Amino acid sequence: MNIVIRKDQWINLAIIASALWFIWFASTHFDKYTVRILNNIAIFTILAVSYNLINGVTGQFSLEPNGFVAIGAYVTALLLLDGDAKEYQYDIEDPYPWVLGLQANFVWALFFAGTFSALLALTLSFPVFRVRGDYLAIVTLGFGFIIRILAINNPEITNGSLGLNDIPEFSNLYWTGGVAILAVIGILNVVNSKYGRAMKAVRDDEDAAIAMGVNTFKIKTFAFCTSAFLEGVGGGLLAALLTSISPDLFTFFFTFQLLIIIVLGGLGSTTGAIIGTVLVIGGAEWMRFLDEPMNFGLFETPAMPGMRMVVFSIILIFVMLFAREGIMGKRELTDLFKRKGKK
Amino acid sequence: MDFLEFTQQLVNGFSLGSMYALIAIGYTMVYGVLRLINFAHGDIMMVGAFLGYFGMAVLGLPFVAAVLLAVVGSASLGMLTDKVAYKPLRDAPKISLLITAIGISFFLENIFNVLFGGTSRAFPVPEYMEYIINAGGIIFTVASLMVPIVTLMLLAMILWVLYKTKYGMAIRALAFDVNTVNLMGIDANRIIMIVFGMGSALAAVGGIFWAVSYPSVEPMMGVLIGLKAFAAAVVGGIGSVGGAVIGGFIIGFTEVVVVAFLPEYGGYKDAFAFVLLILVLLFKPTGILGINFDKSRF
Repeated sequence: MNIVIRKDQWINLAIIASALWFIWFASTHFDKYTVRILNNIAIFTILAVSYNLINGVTGQFSLEPNGFVAIGAYVTALLLLDGDAKEYQYDIEDPYPWVLGLQANFVWALFFAGTFSALLALTLSFPVFRVRGDYLAIVTLGFGFIIRILAINNPEITNGSLGLNDIPEFSNLYWTGGVAILAVIGILNVVNSKYGRAMKAVRDDEDAAIAMGVNTFKIKTFAFCTSAFLEGVGGGLLAALLTSISPDLFTFFFTFQLLIIIVLGGLGSTTGAIIGTVLVIGGAEWMRFLDEPMNFGLFETPAMPGMRMVVFSIILIFVMLFAREGIMGKRELTDLFKRKGKK
Repeated sequence: MDFLEFTQQLVNGFSLGSMYALIAIGYTMVYGVLRLINFAHGDIMMVGAFLGYFGMAVLGLPFVAAVLLAVVGSASLGMLTDKVAYKPLRDAPKISLLITAIGISFFLENIFNVLFGGTSRAFPVPEYMEYIINAGGIIFTVASLMVPIVTLMLLAMILWVLYKTKYGMAIRALAFDVNTVNLMGIDANRIIMIVFGMGSALAAVGGIFWAVSYPSVEPMMGVLIGLKAFAAAVVGGIGSVGGAVIGGFIIGFTEVVVVAFLPEYGGYKDAFAFVLLILVLLFKPTGILGINFDKSRF
């Protein structure tokens, strides 16, 4: 057998190898704070590339991440905590017996988290994608609220507003970074497959896509469920990184951050989503000073919690009005190396 | 359930439904002319409620003057968002418009949060509105009687504008075909701005009623109310003003009835509108009085 590796595949392998090397280097050499930010970046990369699949590639405006991330986080947390640890921390109501019995190792926990999210996404697709229009946005926005309401009102399962604590800290940079690499490879393969081309067709002209025989319902559902799966997995990694979760963690701000990431990076570009993640998550750390009191010499402003979010929303509006393509537009990293006219 | 209790809940539902209806009209009108879910609409309602609060608590205005301030302020804000944020994107892909709308919504919530703090402030309800009427066992405040009456009056006014004036004709025409409206020598952008102004003014009234009934205002109040009002607009049939009112009443009544008769599900109060929205999308996407936009556009 003769395996031929093309030039662009060599480039891809080199990128993956250097990413793996960076993960090893960072987790052995960097301090705790930096590693924590890198962990965040890795998890948000997973979320951003999957969120970009439905918003950027398929062009269906959706506001779902906080809901599915919450599902993934709760499923993972329930599967990782052992019975004694659960019994100990359920203060509001006694947990159901089956809740105590839930148990799985980390890999299966992440898998179940993703699958459960994807199944929920499938059930949501039926009312939403059957009709044309922008109902997806409002239904997914409402979905995020419902998940929070459910989490608060079912203390027998979720421990209500107290949330779950002492989740075993399985996530480290190898896990988050490794899953992020797999997610990016997976998403890129989907985008470059015939399904990906159909998704782009739906985005660019839905009528033409229908006329060409694309089953738009199936394509949109596929994109939505794939996103939901990875968001569930990302939520699981997040739960095992933070070690404690509560309903207040998964507010709309979570989704909003991801929206800025993909808009800034360029809707429809996976590379853009990664660049956006680094900029926004890194930038959010840097912009912490905005929330604190500031001394301008002549006058001093008091601490203003929430100022960061104001800045974020102004950035979002600004990008939409004046630089709609974002950083990468719809291009990928590999497109930048291609010469014009060469196909 | 006995008759008295039922009537009592009917009165409560009427009052709650009116508020949803007032806000839903703005959603439905903007959707009608732009095919845009104006995510910022709920927050414009919040701004209206805040302006009413400032008019009364800070400036010491009488209630009616404070309402006027809120209506004028919100209408201007609505028109301003259209001019600054939506108008430059008329020819852009729809998703850009929706993202901008979310951006405006988040901006308004957080700028109010930064400026005035996230805690809710007690709304200074005028005394005569808290006066309790006992009509044969049915107990309600003057405010909860005033809300539906004012709503119906405003609805009559909106319908008059829509069906008896030139502007109304232009608005209705815009819902069908923007290009032809432009060809007829009508400035579509001006009409769209008027629609934003009208919707935002109604939202301000709704917001003040909300602040009077649950006497408090806070920066995030617009999110959930806006979501439910949008559900109301879809249930009634998006694009139709009458439908928005019917949808508002349906959502208001369901909420009140479920909380009153199934108190163990009270925690899920905020989820009913959403469930109703899903059901309508499943079985009758055009809503009760809805127009099928997919067909009428082509």
